[in-house]
Amino acid sequence: MDILTFMQQMINGISLGSMYALIAIGYTLVYGVLRLINFAHGDIMMVGAFVAYLAHASGVPFGLAVILAIIVAMVTGILTDKIAYKPLRNAPKISLLITAIGISFFLENLFNVLFGGVPRAFSAPDYLTKIMHFQGIVIPMTVVIIPVVTLVLLFIMLWILNKTKYGMAIRSLAFDIPTVKLMGINADFIIMLVFAMGSGLAAIGGIFYAVSYPSIDPLMGVIVGLKAFAAAVLGGIGSVTGAVLGGFILGFTEIVVVAFMPELGGYKDAFAFVFLILVLLFKPTGIMGQDLERSRF
Amino acid sequence: MKAIKIAFLIVAIVFIWFAQNHFDPYAVSILNNIAIFAILALSYNLINGVAGQFSLEPNGFVAVGAYVTALFLIPADTKLDMFALEDPSAFVLAMHTSFLPALIMSGIVASILAFILSIPVFRVRGDYLAIVTLGFGFIIRIFAMNQPAMTNGALGLNDIPSNANLYWTGFITVLTFVIMLNIIYSKYGRAMKAVRDDEDAAIAMGINTFWIKTYAFMTSAFFEGVGGGLMASMLTTIAPDQFTFLLTFQLLIIIVLGGLGSMSGTILGAILVMGGTEWLRFLDQNMDIFGYNTGAHPGLRMVVFSILLIVLMLFARRGLFGNKELVDVFRRSK
Repeated sequence: MDILTFMQQMINGISLGSMYALIAIGYTLVYGVLRLINFAHGDIMMVGAFVAYLAHASGVPFGLAVILAIIVAMVTGILTDKIAYKPLRNAPKISLLITAIGISFFLENLFNVLFGGVPRAFSAPDYLTKIMHFQGIVIPMTVVIIPVVTLVLLFIMLWILNKTKYGMAIRSLAFDIPTVKLMGINADFIIMLVFAMGSGLAAIGGIFYAVSYPSIDPLMGVIVGLKAFAAAVLGGIGSVTGAVLGGFILGFTEIVVVAFMPELGGYKDAFAFVFLILVLLFKPTGIMGQDLERSRF
Repeated sequence: MKAIKIAFLIVAIVFIWFAQNHFDPYAVSILNNIAIFAILALSYNLINGVAGQFSLEPNGFVAVGAYVTALFLIPADTKLDMFALEDPSAFVLAMHTSFLPALIMSGIVASILAFILSIPVFRVRGDYLAIVTLGFGFIIRIFAMNQPAMTNGALGLNDIPSNANLYWTGFITVLTFVIMLNIIYSKYGRAMKAVRDDEDAAIAMGINTFWIKTYAFMTSAFFEGVGGGLMASMLTTIAPDQFTFLLTFQLLIIIVLGGLGSMSGTILGAILVMGGTEWLRFLDQNMDIFGYNTGAHPGLRMVVFSILLIVLMLFARRGLFGNKELVDVFRRSK
């Protein structure tokens, strides 16, 4: 393997890692606040990608389609919380997990019934799919845009969480919900905010995914969602920076292992779980995470 | 009390005998399906309902069980003909037994896998079991796709000798039911309930929660493997795509409807859900509503079932039986 191929694979790894990172942030935010694995998160990503596709296919400019997709995904995320999670805040954890599975399955099958299970080609505008050549390395435009957007969004997230009043409220919810309510903070509004932010980021991740692997289907969110969750655990669940780090590590590993050992290509989708199991065995708190019971952002 | 239990058993045995000999083949196939799903759901309820550890693994263990049984049942020369992608490995060729040992091996292999999984998962508390077991189902499928020397890859296995009839499925259902009830009312069952209700209190009472969870998980996996073996023998053909999350989802609906922790409820749930799946078949097909043709909508049944699951959790979290057994109902009325 020469240096050019190596650089090429690194660039691909950064791009894939960014997508995992964007989706992992949503898992880590919701888990940090509610201690709940939001199984529907991957499917909200799928909803985002589908809305962008449908809007763009019916003539809406791509930029507007993306904004529309983000809004629809946010509304889906908020509705998921309001319908399925909020009535069960005081119920046993297992009930919440079951409704989460129910919502996830509902979204998958609803889109399956409405739009069919056949993968559809996702056509992105030319300025996104343009390919540049640099010193013999092939760089699609997406590979440049995706990591940049991811990093910008990460810094915005960190700014919101650490510098704003809302961020302070989110961080305090992660410690103790009843006390936060007693301090006069509208906990339900803050939780809504968390779902909206996570779902919006998932929609962006979903659109990136759809642009890079130009095809979408109603089940696309399942395996990507699982991998993003594994990335969030790897980085330390509850930590936004950790989620991004975990996403990049996972993305790199998938690309690099397949590039160096093509015979393992078929097992690509299993790496995330190997990571997950290794993390649980040796460092259950992940890279950036602190105590699981008292995780911080 | 004992009389009621024996009466249930006799009724069940007579029903199985009568159904196998006098029902038409379509009804028998539905009953077979219900029986297999009842076995799977009973064992799934042990880990989810009784021990309170939310897991999503059944499709993985059922796939393992199905493949093990299938490989044990198919004769060596048939295997040589069937494996198109790669020649079967020597180990696979050497595997051959009759039906019962094959089923037991399926169960043992599944519970060994469960033991391996439980080591990382039960070290930490919380929901990791759910996501790791969900991932396990995917890994099993990926493995089945990528090991053509053992599984014939995506082509799957066919011509599996059809040994499973209603005697096998029915009697194993009854056996699973009896064993599960005995576990629930044993020392281990009480320990599992203690872990479910309050893990800290259970530890304080001297229960080794890691081993109780592992024990529940392995027992559950054993019967899921056996159920998978029965399924392979009933369907006579298996492929990796049969064991998707849909299977787990159906089992989840069954145990939630019947009541998490109730074995009698699970049996009723299996009858209602599997019967309902058959009955709701019209939803997936063309429908004429006041002259308006809706067109075929494959998957609409699953939309209905996922709404049912959410509604059950929101408004009737206890399901039909709560965590009571049918026997408890009789006991109270006395």
